Amino acid sequence: MPEPLLEVTDLCVTFRSRRGAARVVDRLSFDLGEGEVLGVVGESGSGKSVSMMSLLGLIRDPNASVEGSARFRGRELVGMADAELRDLRGRDIAMVFQDPMTSLTPVYTVGWHLTEALRAHRRVPKAVARRRAVELLAEVGIPDPHRRLDDYPHQFSGGMRQRVVIAMGLANNPALLIADEPTTALDVTTQAQVLDLLRRLQREHGSSIVLITHDMAVVSQLADRVLVMYGGRAVEKGTRREVFHAPQHPYTWGLLGSVPRARAARVHRLATIPGSPPASALDAPPGCPFAPRCVHVHETCLQRPPLEGAGGHVDACWLPREDRAGLRRITAEQVAEDEVARVHDAAETVEEGIDR
Amino acid sequence: MLSFTLRRTASAVLVLFSISVLVFLIFFATPGVDPAARIAGRNADQATLRAVQHEFGLDQPLPVRYALMMKHLFVDRDLTSFVNRGVRVIPQITQAVPTTLSLVIGAAVIWMVVGIAMGTGAAAWRGRAADPVIVVLGVLGVSIPVYWLGEVVNLLTQSRLHDGVFSWVPPLGYVGITTDPLQWALHLLFPWLTLAALYAGIYARVLRSEMLGALEEDYVRTARAKGVSERRILLKHALRCSLIPVVSLFGLDFGALVGGSALLTEVVFGLPGVGRLTYTALQNLDLPVILGTVLYAAFFVVLANAVVDLGYAALDPRVRRA
Amino acid sequence: MSTSPADVAALAPRGQTRSRPSARGTRTAAQGPWRRAAVQLVRNRGALASAVVLLVVLVACLLAPVYARSVAHTDPFTSNVSGTTVVDGRTVPVLAPSTTGLGLGVTPIGPTGDPAHYFLGADNQGRDVMARLLYGGRNSLLIGAGAALTTCLLAGLVGVLAGYFGGVVDGVLARVLDVLWAFPVYLLAISLSVVLLTSGLDVGPVHIGAGSRWLPVLIIGLVYVPYVARPLRGQVLALREKEFVAAAIGVGCSDWRIMRRDVLPNVVPTLVVFLPLMVALAMLTESALSFLSVGVQAPQASWGTIINDGLGLLYTRPAVTLAAGVAVAVTAAALNLLGDGVREALDPRARLRGAA
Repeated sequence: MPEPLLEVTDLCVTFRSRRGAARVVDRLSFDLGEGEVLGVVGESGSGKSVSMMSLLGLIRDPNASVEGSARFRGRELVGMADAELRDLRGRDIAMVFQDPMTSLTPVYTVGWHLTEALRAHRRVPKAVARRRAVELLAEVGIPDPHRRLDDYPHQFSGGMRQRVVIAMGLANNPALLIADEPTTALDVTTQAQVLDLLRRLQREHGSSIVLITHDMAVVSQLADRVLVMYGGRAVEKGTRREVFHAPQHPYTWGLLGSVPRARAARVHRLATIPGSPPASALDAPPGCPFAPRCVHVHETCLQRPPLEGAGGHVDACWLPREDRAGLRRITAEQVAEDEVARVHDAAETVEEGIDR
Repeated sequence: MLSFTLRRTASAVLVLFSISVLVFLIFFATPGVDPAARIAGRNADQATLRAVQHEFGLDQPLPVRYALMMKHLFVDRDLTSFVNRGVRVIPQITQAVPTTLSLVIGAAVIWMVVGIAMGTGAAAWRGRAADPVIVVLGVLGVSIPVYWLGEVVNLLTQSRLHDGVFSWVPPLGYVGITTDPLQWALHLLFPWLTLAALYAGIYARVLRSEMLGALEEDYVRTARAKGVSERRILLKHALRCSLIPVVSLFGLDFGALVGGSALLTEVVFGLPGVGRLTYTALQNLDLPVILGTVLYAAFFVVLANAVVDLGYAALDPRVRRA
Repeated sequence: MSTSPADVAALAPRGQTRSRPSARGTRTAAQGPWRRAAVQLVRNRGALASAVVLLVVLVACLLAPVYARSVAHTDPFTSNVSGTTVVDGRTVPVLAPSTTGLGLGVTPIGPTGDPAHYFLGADNQGRDVMARLLYGGRNSLLIGAGAALTTCLLAGLVGVLAGYFGGVVDGVLARVLDVLWAFPVYLLAISLSVVLLTSGLDVGPVHIGAGSRWLPVLIIGLVYVPYVARPLRGQVLALREKEFVAAAIGVGCSDWRIMRRDVLPNVVPTLVVFLPLMVALAMLTESALSFLSVGVQAPQASWGTIINDGLGLLYTRPAVTLAAGVAVAVTAAALNLLGDGVREALDPRARLRGAA
């Protein structure tokens, strides 16, 4: 087996505060091969962004500490000096962020930003950089790139700006592109366009992509492999087919159940996962982080479940592996029942209020 | 853009008019102050007083009085000072302007350079030893009364250390730049430093606060992810964006100072600028001169406001479309 | 191995009602925002030290009569031109013949370091500088605080009315603010002072005698209104556009109610942040006016008048001017640091200057 491009083992990111130490990323491990797309899924606060940012040394908070190992092409990133990391940033590993409205310094033109990306690592004459910038804009599908090069970020629409940011990321042909919620701030049509773009670029440039998102639909379109995170930990890992067709973890069931299906036979209640994610990593319960919201919770859940499974498809859950599909059905029914009960209670309260 | 400029100009004219009315009301409509005597001059005889009363319509309703006063000030330009008999108001002002300009421009250069350096330094070295020092210096700059600082500087340079370290410091006063450039600079050196001390503190604080905010912005995170060096991020990204509010603030302060807000510094250092002229006029209730200097000051403030508004567009591309 | 709903209920967190975010801005967090701000302020060592310094200054000035009567045994308001005092056991005249310069005139005694006998020396009328300093402090602090309160109250009123009602009201008020602000602050203050100090103020029920200390309070208070009112008006304008205000209007709340419950709680913190800074500004302005003889009038004293009094003695007995100036500087610096701390505690993102 060829050596993976990125090999992360037991990555931990801890934030110290007056109230104690918060483990925002808790022993995360995963691999990424050349040319692969890894979809990292989870709710806000699951640690998905923080884990990727810590790889590049982009966490500037002095109260944060990063432990564990992350090897990129054999080089250890955790603990690497900032000067060396800076060499990797933008050149071998590029990161694209969520909000295109605020991602670009508003006082400089788009051309300036692109040439800055190009000249940050190599001595490139300005004219050459400009030409390359035009090529990049054309590649990501910006019409009339010559003229648009001298436009300011606020003169672009959200979708266009995101394309520019992606172009900036790919300027130096990185081996790895990390895209942190690239489509969240965009409407659905633009979302599809940006995903198409990422797919095309991945094929043409051969870069690996880590796609961070909370949207399972986005993952299903682009990812080769999937990593589901909750409460700073990996709760399920596998290929796209494995995770979507035979999900093992109750949280993944919830995520998949909450995706609206266009082709459903009849009107179909949108399932929700009861409860909400922990407000802060300081409040994390011992044992399985998902226990407070899981329908199947039992005493063993007070211990931390190991990440285990058959072949490459692993999950962190104590429930018996033999009948996960059956348990999934029960979960759906249970959740639906709970919903009905809740609606019923709410209706009663309203009636009482009116009667009074 | 054109309609914007026109509207801005109209608004500025309106403000100037309002200020002239305000000044007029303060000084001419307050009981206890006899405008006729003030305009006619000290020891004016009855005939002159009557003439003045007639010319300025002092027995007529307020609006007429106002109109006549404006006419004398701007059209006839024969308004003369109450204190310095026969000396016209407008030439007095124009003679004082170069002094004020010399003081303000020199101080401005110093305070901008020092203030920006201090503010950037404080942001760059945040959390390390230099930051609280710079913050404290900034706070002191804002808290020390400028006239007191000037007096203390005088104490040191003219008296206590005059025989030693500061023997080269000339006595208080002003020398024109065309007369003797070296003396001009020497006479202005300590006034420059005193005035700059106050404003450098203010600007360092404002810039520091803006820079710290800018360094938390998303675009700095993007630049870092591109592999840009911290120094470049500080100077080209954070500073460039933080300078926008600082420059507009500078415009307003500069305008106000040229208009005479430096009067305390001028008085303390004996510089015959517009500020000191205003102050002496106020002390002596020299109404014609007061009217002239206050309108002059207001004009510059309004001008500065307008320039800043227009200049904002040059600095911040986001505003240009509006 | 499924669990009963009762087990689930036992482990799952109790509903979301407790922490539902309120649209009305400020009230439902576990620890109220004022309490949190106070806690954070106390942790700020610079602010704490400043508060202590201010307290010391305040107490010292309030105890001025005690000092004058019991410690120094002087009356700081009557001339003591021919008096004597005891220095190092010897009796010396308070105003001794000059020995410097041409030998003409008299020189008051310098600082003796003895609180009972002219601790900081005498001024040119033989009065105890230290006692005058404490009495002067009372006026300076009183006028500073009074003017600052006036400014904040008036600016709050004007800002809220202009920002909330918009239209004609806003047009008129904004114009008035513009005109007031275009008049350079010190010039306006001096002009008003010059005129009003000679004739007093007689408007309707308000009758203030010439030379009264209320005049500086009113004048300085008025002159700085635009400084606070403009950013406040901007804030109220922005608040009006927020959803919760639109919702309140939609439900039919009266203007008064909306202002009281939605606008005011958000405006009050801004005013509280401005207050210490305005006190410092007002004090500095008062001292400047008094220095120019258009502030506090004799026989009253303030730090500004003392600086002015000391000018004639500057080269021989600098202690007079120096002491008063240091007093102003230290108090203003403490107020500024405290103001910074308050701002960080209540609203770290506030931009006070330059926001028009």
